[in-house]
Amino acid sequence: MQHVSPVREPLVTGGKTYHDITEDVCRQVEAKPNIRWAIALAVALFFLGVFIYSVYRTLWYGIGEWGLNKTVDWAWDITNFVWWVGIGHAGTLISAVLLLFRQKWRSSINRAAEAMTIFAVICAAMFPVLHMGRPWLAYWVLPLPNTWGSLWVNFNSPLLWDVFAISTYFSVSLVFWYLGLIPDFATIRDRATGPIARRAYALLSFGWTGSAKHWSRYETVSLILAGISTPLVLSVHTIVSMDFATSVIPGWHTTIFPPYFVAGAIFSGFAMVLTLMIITRDVFRLKDYITLEHIESMNKIIIVTGSIVGVAYITEFFIAWYSGVEYEQYAFINRATGPYWWAYWSMMTCNVITPQLFWFRKIRRSVVATFIISIFVNIGMWFERFVIIVTSLHRDFLPSSWAMFSPTIIDVGVYVGTLGLFFTLFLLFAKYFPVVNMFEVKTILKSSSGVPHSHKPDSMHAHSPNNHNHHDK
Amino acid sequence: MTNKKYILGVYDDEDVLLHAIDKIRAAGTKITTVFSPYPVHGIDDALGIERTKLPIAAFLYGCCGLAFALWMQIYMLGFDWPMIIGGKPHIALPAFIPVSFELTVLFTAHGMVITFFIISGLYPRIKVPVMDVRSTDDKFIMAIEVQEGKTDIKKLDTLLRDNGAIEVNEKEVAK
Repeated sequence: MQHVSPVREPLVTGGKTYHDITEDVCRQVEAKPNIRWAIALAVALFFLGVFIYSVYRTLWYGIGEWGLNKTVDWAWDITNFVWWVGIGHAGTLISAVLLLFRQKWRSSINRAAEAMTIFAVICAAMFPVLHMGRPWLAYWVLPLPNTWGSLWVNFNSPLLWDVFAISTYFSVSLVFWYLGLIPDFATIRDRATGPIARRAYALLSFGWTGSAKHWSRYETVSLILAGISTPLVLSVHTIVSMDFATSVIPGWHTTIFPPYFVAGAIFSGFAMVLTLMIITRDVFRLKDYITLEHIESMNKIIIVTGSIVGVAYITEFFIAWYSGVEYEQYAFINRATGPYWWAYWSMMTCNVITPQLFWFRKIRRSVVATFIISIFVNIGMWFERFVIIVTSLHRDFLPSSWAMFSPTIIDVGVYVGTLGLFFTLFLLFAKYFPVVNMFEVKTILKSSSGVPHSHKPDSMHAHSPNNHNHHDK
Repeated sequence: MTNKKYILGVYDDEDVLLHAIDKIRAAGTKITTVFSPYPVHGIDDALGIERTKLPIAAFLYGCCGLAFALWMQIYMLGFDWPMIIGGKPHIALPAFIPVSFELTVLFTAHGMVITFFIISGLYPRIKVPVMDVRSTDDKFIMAIEVQEGKTDIKKLDTLLRDNGAIEVNEKEVAK
């Protein structure tokens, strides 16, 4: 029943057994926090402090604390919002789309990637809420009669679609992630020695026992969640792109935006997964589970999506020229050669040129090079959103209202602060939750560990594995 | 209050387990359930577990979500407070697609998962009736309920061991 492919690389190295997987993943959950983790958490908490201070300034003194002006009334906030939402998309792509495509390499990275999704969406949600200026009235975006009169929200507005898309995306991702965690919490519960840990993980595990009937239903539920999360993740960034595409601002009013944004989201998300996983596999000694094969697979996705993004940049330029609309043409010439040329060319370099280095197998399989390029992609994708948003706004139809945007220290603080929020959440997750999906790695162990699964010869006495092939569907 | 008694066959390989399930069921023994650290493919057929009807439930929840979303948008913008925007239709169905889609997904996902928790009896609790703690680590536990006076424990022990069980244990569970 076992088939060891001569071509495919093993996804779990080091000749692991089921028990080794449990040990390796539970190790950091059960051990005392290590010093590198504690230092990282301290740094993250410092930036969380920066976030809290910047939010306090924004709320107490108002949006005037930001560098916005009458011409550029969307800038860093929406840039950061789109950037964070985009990062989140890789988690859903790994957990849902790759599940539907039966990609086994997703098993060891899906947990952390989904956690990243959830934390990234939390960070993203901060920006539109803060930009409201009066976040305590945030419930006005819900379909409630306005000021309790009878005027409702406007369902024709893409900004309202965003409310529904982001909240659905967040809650469905959270449920999907938590459902995946339940069997692993049960594993930690059954190993726990301390009474507090046992009780805490018992509560978290929802009384999971792993009976065959539960597993059967569980797999069905996971498959359906994957099936509905796939169009969901595509819809989310489509709707985010419509915030721009349905307006009449030159540079925004383009039909290419939805696929271009979705590709960009996956591109930036995979870069962030790589950034995080390269650190995690090192700090938590998980190199046998997150192998070079995993890194290479992700790098291949980065080349594909990075190239789609590159083609989209060129297409936008072509269409601007071909449309014959002078405002449209000016918007694009201004992007590349106007006062924000440096942002445009940073974007082009980081997003279009650097990922092409992954055509070389040596670079694709180099951890250091991958880490550096993943940072470049993260930066490039931030600039992409900045370029789209700020350069399209700052020189509009009336030259008398042209203006430049420069961020204030509070703008920087809120942005850097969300990085602090993100890493605080991620570090807490990495310490107290199983960072690799144990049960899924166990599922693929036999077929993908490269070595025939070893068991004592006496337990196999009566039969060879060949005489019950009918089980293998 | 009586206690239920189970015989637990411990296996350490899924292929041996699947083979054993066939043999033991063929011998006329009823297997209560099997606990495994991960979903074993083919175990549903081997144990005769019926396919769950959760997909049907999911579909119905999705229909509810879609119906609710359409009703909400059509009622609010079409009837309760029509917004006059450039003479455009109040019930602009293309513009209602995104919210309708999102609510369909929202209802499907949450409805299905909540139903799954309810029918499987999963909820946060401190005391968990675990038969053998190794079943969430690396062992496959086959549980067979002992019927007082009917089950021949010795024979069952031999049957399990002959079919690859590495251990056979007894466990009493408070009813």
